[in-house]
Amino acid sequence: MRGAKSAVWLAGAIAVALTATACGGSGSGSDDNAAVDPNGTYTYYNTEPQNPLIPANTNETGGGYIIKNLFRGLVDFDEKGKLRNMAAESVESTDNVHFTVKLKQGWTFHNGEPMTASSFVDAWNWGANVKNAQLNSSWFADIKGYDEVHPEKGDPKADTMSGLKVVNDNEFTIELAHPVSVFKERLFYDAFFPLPKAFYKDPKGFGEHPIGNGPYQQDGDWQHKVEFKTKRFDNYKGEDKPKNGGVVFKFYNKDDAAYNDLVSDKLDIMFQVPTAVMSQYKNDLGERAVDQMYGGNTNIAFPLYQEEWAKPEKAKVRQGLSMAIDRETIAKTALKGSKDAADGWTPKVVEGYQPNSCGEFCKFNPTKAKELIKEGGGVPGNKLTVTYNADGGHKEWVDAICNDIRQNTGVECVGDPKPTFQQVRADITDKKMTSAFRMAWVQDFPNISNFISEQYRTGAGANDMSFSNKDLDDLMKKADEAKSIEDSNKLYHEVETKLAEQMPSIPLFFDHTKAGYSKKVKNVKFDTFRQAIWTEVEVKK
Amino acid sequence: MGRFVARRLLQMIPVFIGTTLLIFLMVYSLPGDPIKALFGSKAADPATVERLRHEYGLDKPLLQQYWNYLTGLLQGDFGKSFTGRPVADLMKDAFPVTIRLALLAFGIEVVVGVALGLLTGLKRGKLIDQIVLILTLIVVSIPVFVIGFLTQFTLGMKWKMITPTVQDSMDIGQLAVPATVLAALSLAYVTRLTRTTIGENLRADYMRTAIAKGLPKRRVVGVHLLRNSLIPVVTFLGTDLGVLMGGAIVTEGIFNVQGVGNTLFRAIQTSEGPTVVGIVSVLVIVYLVSSLVVDLLYAVLDPRIRYA
Repeated sequence: MRGAKSAVWLAGAIAVALTATACGGSGSGSDDNAAVDPNGTYTYYNTEPQNPLIPANTNETGGGYIIKNLFRGLVDFDEKGKLRNMAAESVESTDNVHFTVKLKQGWTFHNGEPMTASSFVDAWNWGANVKNAQLNSSWFADIKGYDEVHPEKGDPKADTMSGLKVVNDNEFTIELAHPVSVFKERLFYDAFFPLPKAFYKDPKGFGEHPIGNGPYQQDGDWQHKVEFKTKRFDNYKGEDKPKNGGVVFKFYNKDDAAYNDLVSDKLDIMFQVPTAVMSQYKNDLGERAVDQMYGGNTNIAFPLYQEEWAKPEKAKVRQGLSMAIDRETIAKTALKGSKDAADGWTPKVVEGYQPNSCGEFCKFNPTKAKELIKEGGGVPGNKLTVTYNADGGHKEWVDAICNDIRQNTGVECVGDPKPTFQQVRADITDKKMTSAFRMAWVQDFPNISNFISEQYRTGAGANDMSFSNKDLDDLMKKADEAKSIEDSNKLYHEVETKLAEQMPSIPLFFDHTKAGYSKKVKNVKFDTFRQAIWTEVEVKK
Repeated sequence: MGRFVARRLLQMIPVFIGTTLLIFLMVYSLPGDPIKALFGSKAADPATVERLRHEYGLDKPLLQQYWNYLTGLLQGDFGKSFTGRPVADLMKDAFPVTIRLALLAFGIEVVVGVALGLLTGLKRGKLIDQIVLILTLIVVSIPVFVIGFLTQFTLGMKWKMITPTVQDSMDIGQLAVPATVLAALSLAYVTRLTRTTIGENLRADYMRTAIAKGLPKRRVVGVHLLRNSLIPVVTFLGTDLGVLMGGAIVTEGIFNVQGVGNTLFRAIQTSEGPTVVGIVSVLVIVYLVSSLVVDLLYAVLDPRIRYA
């Protein structure tokens, strides 16, 4: 582990030295007029899926990227993060409790089976059932009758959720237990994908040979740890028909190895280049390097469950610390433009974002910073540590912000790296933190509610700070019950601006997709999920 | 001889149980909850966690878990990984690759290493000896990942002689470069070890006798000198085979070879008990068998050693 880490660093150094002396920055040879092979396939960087390929059980990117190509849900988000209907003709509701779903006609699964209302309803009932222990089952929790099929203890009392009713082959209704203004948005997620009847005969075999309704179908067997091949599904009825012959998901253990393949055109698309090559990948790839914002952010959070940090006046200290950090300069220099300075808790590319939600508290102002920290009675123990996982390339920014805090406020600040992500997560969920820690969020879907509600609502799943504020909870409840998504967004934005008064976490950066592609492909675009628009990729002849 | 082998085989049983128990305990004392980790940074749903814990037998006391594992193992069941795949399948994918890689590397270090050692041992102090000594010194002092990355960069990315990573892990031709990298360090040791013992044995009495008897030089060097000089080398090679099988994590990572090292590394990261214990158990057996073979080889190499 140690060896491997320093290896990355050293290889980076060697590579830099060699390129500097030999090539001196290679120009890109991308030729956008090259003829396109409509049946050409391309390779996509991926990691071996951690779970069988069942939508309700796939919650990590390795399996997720494959599932997202084999299946299409009722709705999805386009390149700009706008919601659109996919398999659904319409999803309508007047009160955000009762939904009527009408399906598009003529869609089939890869095995020829027609896609009907039951394909969705049965799949959701199966996924929610506690007996099947699916990792994504909590996504169904808003549906009426979820607690019957998924009780907190013991066996389910029912096999189906009472909130789901099939009207006919092309129509079904959903009743929720309580109003959710973003329920239609949530329907994009993998857990809500339909399943063919063939699935229930052999769920285990299905995990190896998934059958979906999406633009690509599996081609041959899943070669574990090596690759997963897909080919275009010619009977696909969606509007996003593939412009290529298929995607081959190639599995790597180390992203450095994948990057070397990318530079040598042995790998076609890599959605995230390794941290070690951040400063050089634009030189290596020229025009084929991609650098754009996506729906993810980096914050530092505070353990509000600790007596010292829970005191109300410590909000001032957190505001002060925030104002001591010169985000713009750090983003430009220490991070070489790989992140953008944050001005709030919601990234720029996400629906509902409004500039300067955090207001003056996220603007660099060392004089005010010192005053506020003093007013708040100083940092507990007069020392701040920032805990992060050492296996994720976070050292640069943690050191940079600590440097700013030390210089501008005189508060002692050090980074506290823990070896693995898993270890840090365990300490955080067990509420063992004593000082600040890294808290990052990658969108489930590009809407402000996902960034605010999941982290700052009392008792929310990702509320690592144990932050709790009754007024904000009420506002969020109101937002969820709002009649339209616009109203809901407005209310969530109000919550966001009010977060600055308490500062449970300090917004730092909006994260970037740093991707690259080979000379063999063109028209490679990325959405706010940091995913390539797979169907749009064109393979050169 | 037969009794010796039988005794050694019996000794393997407690060693095997001891090591698997230790590893079992170590994996379970790793920080973090593997089932909760399946949920990523999302909150784990308690009811689902409970189901999964039960499914993988993690809700039982540790010793009972070990007992269940051991009895399963005796029936040829290695358990299943958290991905739902049987560990036996995982190993079926990984071991053929690693065995190819390890044997290729082993072959390279035996043939080249012993040949170079013999050459330098016979020509001590000559120019060729000096050159080989310096080269081996360089190899020994450079960590393997540096050699790996340098080879990948020069051969793969600058001169484009090979693909930077192995595209097909079962293709011996493509494994040649990673195997050479993997073999480099041990090759240097084998060369130096052989050179030293050859040098010592050249002055031995039986050598003088053999030469005095007027035996042809080929026979003196090939049978009398080399055979006797190989004993320490064989000891080293025996343990090295085990190292090659399990310790290729770095090389496998650089060249994206889908072998045992990577599977093991991933399993440790995700605290996947059954996979770690399964792989390590097989590696323990490899070590035990190869050290037995080494001991038996002593008798073949040196007629003075006999096992009653």
